[in-house]
Amino acid sequence: MADLKLTDVEKTYGGTVQVLRDINLDIDQGELIVFVGPSGCGKSTLLRMIAGLEKITGGELQIDGQVVNDVPPSERGIAMVFQSYALYPHMTVRDNMAFALKIAGKSKAEIDEAVNAAAAKLQLENFLDRLPKALSGGQRQRVAIGRSIVRDPKVYLFDEPLSNLDAALRVATRIEIAQLKEQMPESTMIYVTHDQVEAMTLASRIVVLAGGGVAQVGSPLTLYEKPNSTFVAQFIGSPAMNLLGGKIVGTGETTTLELEEGGGTITSHYPSKPEDMGAPVKVGIRPEDMTETDANDFAYHGTVEITEALGEVTLLYFQKSAPDHDPVIGKLSGIHKELRGQDVKLTAAPEKVHVFKDDISLLYRDETVFLPGVQPH
Amino acid sequence: MNPIFQGLITIVVGVGGCVGYFYFANLILDRFIFPAKGPEAGRNINRANQVRPWLFLFPAMFALSLYLVYPVFGSFIRSLYNRAGTEFIGFGNYLNLFGDSAFQTAFFNNFLWVLVVPAMATFLGLLVAQLTDRLAWGNIAKSLIFMPMAISFVGASLIWRFVYAADPDIGIINAIRVYFGAEALDPLQVPFWNNFFLMVILIWIQTGFAMVILSAALRGIPEETVEAAIIDGANPFQVFFRIKVPQIMGTIVVVWTTITILVLKVFDIVYAMTGGNFDTEILPSYMMDFMFRDDGRATAVAFVIMIVVLPVMIWNIVQARKEMR
Repeated sequence: MADLKLTDVEKTYGGTVQVLRDINLDIDQGELIVFVGPSGCGKSTLLRMIAGLEKITGGELQIDGQVVNDVPPSERGIAMVFQSYALYPHMTVRDNMAFALKIAGKSKAEIDEAVNAAAAKLQLENFLDRLPKALSGGQRQRVAIGRSIVRDPKVYLFDEPLSNLDAALRVATRIEIAQLKEQMPESTMIYVTHDQVEAMTLASRIVVLAGGGVAQVGSPLTLYEKPNSTFVAQFIGSPAMNLLGGKIVGTGETTTLELEEGGGTITSHYPSKPEDMGAPVKVGIRPEDMTETDANDFAYHGTVEITEALGEVTLLYFQKSAPDHDPVIGKLSGIHKELRGQDVKLTAAPEKVHVFKDDISLLYRDETVFLPGVQPH
Repeated sequence: MNPIFQGLITIVVGVGGCVGYFYFANLILDRFIFPAKGPEAGRNINRANQVRPWLFLFPAMFALSLYLVYPVFGSFIRSLYNRAGTEFIGFGNYLNLFGDSAFQTAFFNNFLWVLVVPAMATFLGLLVAQLTDRLAWGNIAKSLIFMPMAISFVGASLIWRFVYAADPDIGIINAIRVYFGAEALDPLQVPFWNNFFLMVILIWIQTGFAMVILSAALRGIPEETVEAAIIDGANPFQVFFRIKVPQIMGTIVVVWTTITILVLKVFDIVYAMTGGNFDTEILPSYMMDFMFRDDGRATAVAFVIMIVVLPVMIWNIVQARKEMR
């Protein structure tokens, strides 16, 4: 039950290779923070630094107001759940869960009580005397979680705990973790994943890590509705947000935009300043926010090259304007196979249109925004 | 003929013969016995595939039966005959053995060897494997420790004769003793302990073997289990003995039993160091004393050794198969 504070934390390997820099985060007690980011962004490294498995080469990590940079992992009050479960294969489930308490020299009665309580919480009572190899993947992951609960840590660390499970089990276990968090509202949890769905459903706040720094921190819906950069805009949401070239032709409370490449004129609810007039921008519209239109103030029009009818929605892939551009994607509800090969006009409501100048959202123009300088996917 | 030339011919004929056997046997099977054409092509391919393993295994099975299985029975029968092999004396040789105090000494010494050598070699091998694991110069240390494996037992014995030499100008043990003012002595003549001085040689050789196998096993342990234990608060000793060692227990048993089997076969060290004098006889060297002089008795010793090795061997094979699964 604790808060965490990371101040200018950085990680350098061999004095030259910097993988993380300027990490500043305030994590409150009871939060479930999710680190997401493209592979190789350092999210697992950051988690391992908080755990104490990797040395912090710069900056300061505080848990409960105490600097723990040089405190050994076992004394930081953390527990970690590994992607590979990391169960001790030669010990029964009971011994796996009891190991930390045995090492700490707790009495047998205390250990039994803690283990039985955790087992009850995770429906593991019937498996306590089995070896890990006699358990299914989901059960093993529950034992791994049980092993951390038994220690009653201040902070739970999850390192991609669901990625070794199959799709159905992943959903079930994700819900179990959400319920577990509800049962323990006081516990602070940090969760690393590359799966957006996990991030969006579990997190109280998401930390988007990329290019060695923090791209944006915020609640799942903030990141979805108000991304601070084109990177976050394209990283959150699937399929990724369309970015269309354009320029500002009307400023004020709302912004009027003229689009290049087969586009018309549309309005965004983003405010702009008079000096923005004529500035080249990127206009971001999520595929699911696009609607078909006949009106003259459309956002984009082009020929549909491929349709993917998924039942509830249909994805429209438009012809690319240049070979190295990403195709514009539209997501219409219902089945629209007939649109293949057709010329289609799309538009979006003003509150769904995002405007980025120099890759930074106009909403965040007065803040320092970290641009990772890597591709989101 | 030049012996080098002779050797080369032997190699060419030997290797060529092996390759030729597999190639031509396979060819004959596929082309002439069950040709993969004609009206029964499919059936012929299946039949050829059923015959092929036996065809390829035949040379090995033949050699093993001729040189291993047949001698087992042959030796047993020979051990029931007298010295000259002319008279059937039942278990007379065995009764004589157990009555012989030299045999009893050899049996007791061998028991000590089996107890000490595998344990020490495995323990030291494990220790070295763990200690060199994270070291920058660990691989050099490992190579040095592995090197004795490449030396024959007799060669190793010769090296250690220098170490144990009674002359303080040659033997390092006595050099140290003399330096500290003690009198030089011959370590190989110190009653009872001389057995252990001989065992040191085999431990020195076998530690490298244990180290290599256990080092690979240690590397196979999932790193996360170690990290989980560190987070659980285990200190390095607890991580080693409670997390790492139990996970490689199967491999430790295989190494242990493999060295045990070896110990029951080694006669060269005793033979070269003391010739079995000063109460250092062990079963294989005791057997060598009688070989070619009293084959009935020698084969009886061989049979005793085989019976002692058998259970260890079975355990070894069972464990090794478990490991491979």
